Amino acid sequence: MPGSAGAFGEQLSGAGRERHRVGSRMNTERKSARLVLIGNGMAGMRTVEELLKLAPDLYQITVFGAEPHGNYNRVLLSPLLAGDKNVDEIMLHPRAWYAEHGITLHAGDPVVRIDRKRRVVVARSGLEAPYDRLLLATGSTPFVLPIPGNTLPGVVGFRDLHDVDTMLAAARQGGRAVVIGGGLLGLEAAHALMRRGMDVTVVHVATSLMNQQLDGEAGRLLKETLERDGLRIVLAAQTSAITGEGKVEAVHFADGSVLPADLVVMAAGVRPNVALGREAGLHCERAIVVDDTLQTFDPRIYAVGECVQHRRATFGLVAPVWEQARVCAAHLAGAGHRRYVQAATATKLKVTGIDLYSAGDILGGAGSEELILRDRTSGIYKRLVLEGGRVTGAVLVGDVGDGPWYFDLIQRGADVSSFRDRLLFGQALCAAT
Amino acid sequence: MDMSLPVQTVRTTCPYCGVGCGVSATVKPGTIPIIAGDTAHAANKGRLCVKGAALGETLVLDGRLLYPQVRENGSMRRAGWDEALERVAGGFASIIAEHGPDAVALYVSGQLLTEDYYVANKFMKGYVGSANIDTNSRLCMSSSVAGHKRAFGEDLVPGAYEDFELADMIVLVGSNTAWCHPTLFQRILKAKEARPSLQVVAIDPRRTATCELADLHLPVKPGTDVWLFNGLLSYLARHGVKDSAFVAAHTEGLDMALATADADCGDPAQVARICRVDPAKLLAFYEGFAATRKVVSAYSQGVNQSSSGTDKVNAIINCHLLTGRIGHPGMGPFSLTGQPNAMGGREVGGLANMLAAHMDLDNPLQRDALRAFWEAPRIADKPGLKAVDLFRAVEEGSVKAVWIIATNPLVSLPDADQVRRALEKCELVVVSDIVGATDTTTHADVLLPALGWGEKDGTVTNSERCISRQRAFLPAPGEARADWWALCEVARRMGFSGFDYEDAHAIFDEHARLSGWRNGEGGAGRRVFDISGMSGMRRQDYDALEPIQWPVLRAADGTLQATARLFADGRFAHASGKARFVATAPRLPVHALDDEFPLALNTGRMRDQWHTMTRTGKSPRLANHAPEPLIDLHPNDALLCGVREGELARVTSRWGAMVARVTHGGGIARGSVFVPIHWSGQTASDARVGALVNPAVDPVSGEPEFKHTPVRIEPFVVEWHAFVLSRKALSLDSIANWTRIQGDGFVRYEMGGRGPVGADWARALLAADGEADWIDYEDGSAGAYRAAYLVDGRLQACVFVARRPQLPARDWLAGLFARESLGALDRATLLAGRAPQQGPDAGPTVCSCFGVGRNTICAAIRTHRLETTAQVTACVRAGGNCGSCVPEIGKLLALASCGEEAAQ
Repeated sequence: MPGSAGAFGEQLSGAGRERHRVGSRMNTERKSARLVLIGNGMAGMRTVEELLKLAPDLYQITVFGAEPHGNYNRVLLSPLLAGDKNVDEIMLHPRAWYAEHGITLHAGDPVVRIDRKRRVVVARSGLEAPYDRLLLATGSTPFVLPIPGNTLPGVVGFRDLHDVDTMLAAARQGGRAVVIGGGLLGLEAAHALMRRGMDVTVVHVATSLMNQQLDGEAGRLLKETLERDGLRIVLAAQTSAITGEGKVEAVHFADGSVLPADLVVMAAGVRPNVALGREAGLHCERAIVVDDTLQTFDPRIYAVGECVQHRRATFGLVAPVWEQARVCAAHLAGAGHRRYVQAATATKLKVTGIDLYSAGDILGGAGSEELILRDRTSGIYKRLVLEGGRVTGAVLVGDVGDGPWYFDLIQRGADVSSFRDRLLFGQALCAAT
Repeated sequence: MDMSLPVQTVRTTCPYCGVGCGVSATVKPGTIPIIAGDTAHAANKGRLCVKGAALGETLVLDGRLLYPQVRENGSMRRAGWDEALERVAGGFASIIAEHGPDAVALYVSGQLLTEDYYVANKFMKGYVGSANIDTNSRLCMSSSVAGHKRAFGEDLVPGAYEDFELADMIVLVGSNTAWCHPTLFQRILKAKEARPSLQVVAIDPRRTATCELADLHLPVKPGTDVWLFNGLLSYLARHGVKDSAFVAAHTEGLDMALATADADCGDPAQVARICRVDPAKLLAFYEGFAATRKVVSAYSQGVNQSSSGTDKVNAIINCHLLTGRIGHPGMGPFSLTGQPNAMGGREVGGLANMLAAHMDLDNPLQRDALRAFWEAPRIADKPGLKAVDLFRAVEEGSVKAVWIIATNPLVSLPDADQVRRALEKCELVVVSDIVGATDTTTHADVLLPALGWGEKDGTVTNSERCISRQRAFLPAPGEARADWWALCEVARRMGFSGFDYEDAHAIFDEHARLSGWRNGEGGAGRRVFDISGMSGMRRQDYDALEPIQWPVLRAADGTLQATARLFADGRFAHASGKARFVATAPRLPVHALDDEFPLALNTGRMRDQWHTMTRTGKSPRLANHAPEPLIDLHPNDALLCGVREGELARVTSRWGAMVARVTHGGGIARGSVFVPIHWSGQTASDARVGALVNPAVDPVSGEPEFKHTPVRIEPFVVEWHAFVLSRKALSLDSIANWTRIQGDGFVRYEMGGRGPVGADWARALLAADGEADWIDYEDGSAGAYRAAYLVDGRLQACVFVARRPQLPARDWLAGLFARESLGALDRATLLAGRAPQQGPDAGPTVCSCFGVGRNTICAAIRTHRLETTAQVTACVRAGGNCGSCVPEIGKLLALASCGEEAAQ
């Protein structure tokens, strides 16, 4: 049973034995192999970390990053923006760490070309680095709406520390912000900006907030809660233009309405960064296509994170990326017995005071069943999607304490028929007889 | 409330069954009276059954009829007593003037006090001049009355409760004593504990709770009791178990009776076949009876409620006469009365075929005596209509006015839908009751508010001829008045004299004097019922009257002489002074089973309810024993009928149908069905068993055959089952089937229905508007919907719906109605219908991705001696997703190691 605690533990110990054998063999080769990582972000660096655990001496590792920092936890940009964390707290690998581990870091010098024939990458500075194995972890960039004015100063994405700095600078002026996109990221940004004192409106093209993770009812409840907190929300909003003299001044909509704005945050989704891979001739569709071992169509080149496409799916959450890193590292280490299997994912909105949990397939298909609990006064909404006596999806608002348990049930494919009528009331009650 | 008012304890008598237990009510103004058994009352010596113990809960005034009402343009409106009484008196007078005295009738009740009963009977028989006064005692005791009169010449119960303790054998025939006469059963139980040799034989088609005590249970086929006792008579005669001297000196008619018995029942094997009992058990019973002199044969509705009920009574009495086992301690036939004052009602002639003070309608001398005593203008000279016939006559139109007092014939009479038709047609329906809405009061043209238990004052007589006082300890609520007062007022308005009693004492005094009036003089015959010793009592002596068994005469020294047992001298009340054997040719119930109606319906009481639940139904604690109407049958029959335990089924007879929940009580033989009598249109949508019961009656007593109606059973298909607990009563017109159950601070409804259910449906049902604080739970594909409605955090109502009857237990939810507001925890599991479970306290959440609390992490660190955040993640998953809590986990690790060092 993949993912179960027991199997998980066994795999770990199996890998441990493997590591000693592999390690001793590799030691004799004295780090002759060269690994280049393009993308100094969470996916790539987690792969490196996992690789170091398995085969610390196998590769000479070189890392190229577009941003001039060490590796930080991008997931925590929202708390950073909101002021709940500072930059040091979100730093995963400060520069010193690279030195300690004998890794060469080129931060702020992005790779511009891959020469697969020569097995060399070329950075913007002209620096070239040869590789025996190449790992692509180029991530994604915010999707910028193709509308007039989308490049005006004051229009930002929400992707990196630089974006956060831009937003914080704007927030210090007070004023009005418009966040385009009512998804996870957009709402976190909006909430953070509101806490920083801005007057924030979220405009969302769909009719319900977080429609990827929430059903309509949960979306409505979330909207009510956010509005109570002071956020303005406009749904079914078709943004048509951004206008301003030299900087952002207003956002225009298809229905003719206009919102004044001093800051516009584009949080309407991301696009995988595939240009480098595509130019290098790697097979790409929506992203760089990888197999179950995270290998691209070039056997020397692997890819992980938001830039990859695995069996039609692309990725935006951290949990599957961690798993990709584990699998990819195993293969890079030469201990290639793991396969990447897509699993259900769970989401929490990191907004203070809002409890929201979404896991698995919340839409359900033909033959799926649903359990719903609503307590509007308490701001609670819970919905589970069941198929064949098993939980396949969960949406929780207001009381998310049992979220991880439902997620566990989803992952284990546990049969819940015997306690179905208590399921929605939580683990404690289901454990009771 | 005035706290300075004194606490007062009043001794009174329980208003339920015929055991007639003494009750002490301690009243503190502003609180619910504290009810306890009266240790000084001989009937119960301080014991009470659960119904009696819960009397305090039934005294609340909700639902009480507090003011007279009259019908005007089709609907009822409040009226003054004057107007209401005028309407009754005027209506009766004009109908009598036009159609004669037999066009009016009274239908009264064994719930009445003797004094009320006396006045009602005097009014009808002496002044209206018709014997059209019958009582619901017709439905329970009339076969015993008729049997007593045939055997003894008068309606007399020879023994006393004490005889149960003195007997060596107790035969309980058609009597679930354990449930229906619980304190007497407790006395038997104690006696048997003290003296295990005391044999108890239970004769009952059902294996009732009573049978658990029995040494021998004969589960006879319904309606075959006469074969059984004829067989016993024959057996005793053949084995020479006969008190020849007694038979010769004090009885007549043995030969005929014996010949009749021998004809069909001389062979025990044949009797066993007919009665469908094990021949060895039958012989064991016969042998035991033969060998035991001190035998009490107690019988109740299983004997009386039959088309051969009177014969059953006489078949039993015959066996006691043959063996001379009567009139002495520890022996005798013993009729256990159903109602608290069935006996008192009989004393004053409350049945259509008798006169007051045990005088006979067909005895001209006694008729004259009575008229003379009353100085009445006329006296009824022919029997009136008995209950079933009475309501037929109402439907046919020959009886045009009926005054129903303290009973609910729309529920309790057989073919009860006929009663509804009758009342719908009746010109003038007067109903005196303590409850505003009953199935019967809805048909009233005039409603008169009566006094209830604890408010009224008078006497009752229990099964052992013991007269006890019911005393008032509560003020009359609203404008409620005693029934005797209303009767007297109507009589006076009709121009009758002799109805100006000052109080109940004055009526009792007249009643006592009448019992001695020309008693035994001039060929009018001696009546055993004689309480003339109590005439001339002062008011305070009446008020202080101790329970006393009649006949009561006054000794030379002025003291009252009670009589524990009758017939000790072998003198009976027939003119000959002898008892009579009655030839009882056995016959089957009137309506035989057939293919269409293959099961025999038996009706009866449940342990914790009384009659139509107008009083016991108010007590939450009495509701739990049998909250819903039920159909008890054998699992094999259920299988054949296609019904399942716990689901709803319809029982249908030629006369009507009802719906209730199927149960297998374990006590029902194949071919029989048991349904309790208690549910009415007020407490259930469709569970009035009276509507099904066949209207066949005993030819002598006129008592209906409640214990044998051919029925069939089929599933009552519903799409969902549900229950509701609600502070307010709900309108359930749209629900296919429901039962209302009184809870503590709420009303519970058990329901079965069809059609879609969901939020809109539930909001309409619970009368909650769109803004209500509403919690709901939905499992559409399982057909489950649950919702709760709160007001200011206080649970107002909840509803649970499922496709199958299996729903959460009601107890925990019921308890929530006592709370002023619900906490978040209770609220969270409210719709699970279960108390929240307190898991280990995880502490404040550290890892919100995986929901891992601080305490969980610290415990893991300690238990597994974790040293790095990665180890913590591997162990409890915390920090394994977004990683934002990793620094916090680091701090916890540091704290833990500090703690370790400090500890070292």
